[in-house]
Amino acid sequence: MIALEVPKKLKPLRDQARSIAKGVFRPISRKYDLAEHSYPRELDMLGALMDGMNSAGGEERAGAGKLSGGGSKKRGGESRNGANMATVLGMAELCWGDCGLALTIPRQGLGNAAIGAVANPEQKERFKGLWAAMAITEPGAGSDSAAIRTTARLDGDEWVLNGEKIYVTAGDRAQAVVVWATLDAAAGRAAIKSFVVEKGTPGMTMLRLDHKMGIRASDTATIIFEDCRIPKDNILGSADIKPSEGFGGVMQTFDNTRPVVAAMALGVASAALEKANEILAREGVAPRYDAPAFSQGAVEAELLRLEADLEAARLLTLKAAWMADNAVPNSMEASMSKAKAARVANAVTLRAVELCGALGYSERELLEKWARDSKILDIFEGTQQIQLLIVARRLLGKRSSELR
Amino acid sequence: MIDQAMTRSLDLLTRFAGSDLAKRLGLLEPTQRLVREGTKRGFQAADAAVKRFQPLIKLVKPARAPRVGGDLSVFDLRPTEEQAMMQKSVRRFAVDVMRPAARAADDACAPPAGFLAAAAELGLAQLAIPEEMGGFGGERDPIADVLVLEELAYGDMALALAIAAPLGVVRALVQCGTALQQSKYLAPFAEDGGLAAALAVVEPRPLFDPYRLATRAVRSGEGWTLNGVKTLVPLASSAGFFLVAAAAEGLGPRLFIVERDHQGLTISPEPAMGLRAADLGRLELVDLALPEDALLGEDDGSGLSWAEMVDSARIAWSALAVGACRAVLEHVIPYANERHAFGEPISHRQAVAFMIADIAVELEGMRLLTHRAASRAGAGIEHRREAALARIQAVDKGMKIGTDGIQLLGGAGFIKEHPVELWYRHLRAIGVMDGGLLV
Repeated sequence: MIALEVPKKLKPLRDQARSIAKGVFRPISRKYDLAEHSYPRELDMLGALMDGMNSAGGEERAGAGKLSGGGSKKRGGESRNGANMATVLGMAELCWGDCGLALTIPRQGLGNAAIGAVANPEQKERFKGLWAAMAITEPGAGSDSAAIRTTARLDGDEWVLNGEKIYVTAGDRAQAVVVWATLDAAAGRAAIKSFVVEKGTPGMTMLRLDHKMGIRASDTATIIFEDCRIPKDNILGSADIKPSEGFGGVMQTFDNTRPVVAAMALGVASAALEKANEILAREGVAPRYDAPAFSQGAVEAELLRLEADLEAARLLTLKAAWMADNAVPNSMEASMSKAKAARVANAVTLRAVELCGALGYSERELLEKWARDSKILDIFEGTQQIQLLIVARRLLGKRSSELR
Repeated sequence: MIDQAMTRSLDLLTRFAGSDLAKRLGLLEPTQRLVREGTKRGFQAADAAVKRFQPLIKLVKPARAPRVGGDLSVFDLRPTEEQAMMQKSVRRFAVDVMRPAARAADDACAPPAGFLAAAAELGLAQLAIPEEMGGFGGERDPIADVLVLEELAYGDMALALAIAAPLGVVRALVQCGTALQQSKYLAPFAEDGGLAAALAVVEPRPLFDPYRLATRAVRSGEGWTLNGVKTLVPLASSAGFFLVAAAAEGLGPRLFIVERDHQGLTISPEPAMGLRAADLGRLELVDLALPEDALLGEDDGSGLSWAEMVDSARIAWSALAVGACRAVLEHVIPYANERHAFGEPISHRQAVAFMIADIAVELEGMRLLTHRAASRAGAGIEHRREAALARIQAVDKGMKIGTDGIQLLGGAGFIKEHPVELWYRHLRAIGVMDGGLLV
């Protein structure tokens, strides 16, 4: 039966996330925006709290490590609202509080999502409780992740990694990094595998932390690998190079994480729209749902339009998560949600600053911060353009060699 | 009782899902011939309908359709089996009957002769009418309605409007009509689902707002006197009666039943940019005197409120926009793959491919907003916000999709060999129409 409300059983989780966002994130939001690169100690407690929440059992456990596209089909064809939906709902609330802080919650890294999605049972057990970041981008390979140059060579019982990774979110704070490297640069996508490298492994060097426009509470690291040796069993997925599988192994993580980034965008955008409505209400701006937008004022009409865009983005995101929970392939829908939510979030936060004028632009409010934070959401985890490519290829039935 | 009703409606649906509608509706072929006949039709059809408006069934109290209800506590995007079956049979009708008829009907400014009768075989009107009125007694299920409307508009939005307008009248009579009004005006639909009738809400002025109607109904003696102008009214040349929206003295916006031959009513054709096949017209009401019982519903305002009707119409129009936009998407995909330029399919160019991806993204957003509003309406939950947002997105993104559809085809999109220019003209209506349908 078609129903698009927040599932009843996930409302407590959503409300809990909202109270964390309100009680923990918002009060320290500006502090860590200003104090870039200082670790938010307040989050240690939160990491423990989330571990507790996530190990509490039930299929609706949220968190990066619980994401999976392999949600089972429920008995009798019932709709399943599981970990993907829970994570998306929780993340939107946390990012309503602060997107940068949400990215730096211990053990909730993108690397954890990769481990959750592709690790074998032995690895899942071994890496349990490990906070893992994700290292894909290189100075010479951003959106074109097939062009990465970091290499992994098997030498006895160890992989030897060499290369440079940039833009590693939580790369300094996490306890491990999931590194994308190629087994054979000539073999293309199929040779790209991911490896878990624990912090402190000789040959792994934290080169620097970047200074950023937004999400400054989250650290973004450059990491160098020089003859960095890791155990043979630290490869995620198979070591075989199967051209037929292409990018499958490493890319499937994204089907699950893109709706989560979309959810981050929803959180930032709803914070901005809410605040803009609140500030503008003081000037008598009051959008109404009964009268047509154009028979209200220009500002009211604009606020309604932004809200409609945001609501569409929200439903697209829930749809992508719902598909993953119900084992329906959602590669295209995940990209659709990410494309829509991220561009809407950027537009909403920027317009909110404009509509609120100096109040929006000044550091006295968080509106200007959200407008800085939102920009990265349309870039990381696949830019707007990459999402559209994925959607278009799927719609048009084109290979990446045809629609490039 | 409900079970029995459902069984009957399922029977009906199964019958049509299993039949080859295009063949069954052989009278629609060839389309051209029928359209020629259609243009000659004039006002004849109406006379027969007018004669019917005598009380047919004795009812002690009005017969209402129960809300479908339902539990929205689990997120789910799958229609029920019954809804899916209905969707499937309407889709077949849209593809086999509506799509081939759309172009000629647009030229003729009217649906082809026999079209409403053919569409009536889908059983949509009977399904909406309670059993005690002779219908199949389906529930009021806005999700089923938006699925149906999407399919109809996928066929053609103008012909979809020709089908949806009488259905809106049926819904209004079911939800609001008094026993006598139902007996006179609803019962005929149970016998003949192909009757023409329409709501008349939109007025010819800028910034039209369904909450601020210029058409007035003032009390005079035992009845009402109406003055005003209604426009873009579907089935204007064939409707037996209209439900005319007017600001009623002391009551606010209400609907009045006005039969087409009523003194003081002048009907004239009003062809527009699009939706032409819906036979659009203008109603001028000059000192039109109506009896007390022409006011739809009880004086106490039981039944749907005006605001609920506005919400409902917004959901319906959004669903129509979704259908037309899906038609655009499904047309531009093969075109972009087959059309070559610079030595390769144009779909190999990101400038082209990204426009198509954007169409898909926005279309799905529109659909989900529409479904959320409809599901809340069906469950009886507040949905003013959801209906408003669905409409706003349908207006903006729908028109963008319409214009991008033509752009993707280039010059070919501008000429009438392709249907995209038709869909473009239709999609502009979503921002203009606010009211006039019900789910």
